[in-house]
Amino acid sequence: MKLGEIVEKLSLDVKTGHHGLQKEVSGVYVSDLLSDVMANSKEGNVWITLQTHLNIVAVAGLKGLAGIIIVNNRQPEKEINDKADSEKVTIMTTSMPAFEVTGKLYQMLN
Amino acid sequence: MPLNTDKTIEGSFQLIGGDFSIAGESSARLKSILTDLGVQEDIIRRASIATFEAEMNVIIYAAAGTLHYEISPRQIRITLVDMGPGIKDIDQAMQEGYSTAPDWVREMGWGAGMGLPNMKKNSDEFKIDSVVGEGTTVEMVINLP
Amino acid sequence: MKLEELEKLLQAKVVVDSDNLEFNIDSACSADMMSSVLYYHTPNSLLITSLTQPHVVRTAEIAGIKIIVFVLNKQPDQVTIDLAKEKHIPILVTPYCMYTASGKLFEAGLPGCLNK
Repeated sequence: MKLGEIVEKLSLDVKTGHHGLQKEVSGVYVSDLLSDVMANSKEGNVWITLQTHLNIVAVAGLKGLAGIIIVNNRQPEKEINDKADSEKVTIMTTSMPAFEVTGKLYQMLN
Repeated sequence: MPLNTDKTIEGSFQLIGGDFSIAGESSARLKSILTDLGVQEDIIRRASIATFEAEMNVIIYAAAGTLHYEISPRQIRITLVDMGPGIKDIDQAMQEGYSTAPDWVREMGWGAGMGLPNMKKNSDEFKIDSVVGEGTTVEMVINLP
Repeated sequence: MKLEELEKLLQAKVVVDSDNLEFNIDSACSADMMSSVLYYHTPNSLLITSLTQPHVVRTAEIAGIKIIVFVLNKQPDQVTIDLAKEKHIPILVTPYCMYTASGKLFEAGLPGCLNK
């Protein structure tokens, strides 16, 4: 499934890296701990988190993730959006909590 | 249900910075004091959450601190005084998502920038004073019905 | 949702059992950041997390979380287990990651925790 399709079905708000919506999603990783995502996520994964720390962009870039979905209506600061745009990382936001957006994605992908 | 007391009950706990092994113990003890007094459940919940967040801030950022509680038939007053680095810009610190927590704290599940907003949300009155290099004082009041 | 059903859906091992025959949860929260657990309305909820330290049990106690599920087979230490027993908060350990554990429970009809 393409990232754009997920955005559409879950009505996500795309903040940065719109070109990335064409990417194929390889799976999903859910975590708020950067070390965990560094260790266990796979290339092409969509990452679900409530973290809005600047380092999420670096982690997504290093691991080649398809994008980051920030939950609970948390909004990344401009500094993060600028960095994500320049590093071509797609950041999306939703008002849903992690459990719910994860559950919906699980049903779509399985 | 009326409170099982017509007097003011007070007490305090010492908090030690950096000691995650006992993090939350003081808030849990306050919670059981409120439960024994017959305070209604949603008020206990609000008081416990606000106190726990404040206690965690002392453990994460300060060298040491004191948690003082005062329970009267009309209100619960919780005051935390710490010997810590202080907060440079309180308005910024109150913003949801803003945090100066180091990486190791974030890896323990804290420092999401929700602590101070969570304390304010659960209190009827919330006051914070801070002097950089000296420490921070947080005072929270939760009214009893 | 009952403990037996959670255990089965998550292929989980019960590390701390429930002593409450009425045990039944009606929502779930997936999080590693403890303040987000404290921020949402979570009484009678289940917490899915990858952190296993004692302060996670403290958070559950303060927030009114009824059961904790540790993902990726993460085993809590004895201090965490003892605290959970004392506070009557059951602990399950599942081999699934947070994505699969959340997905399976959501699919079985469990809703997320609501914003207050």
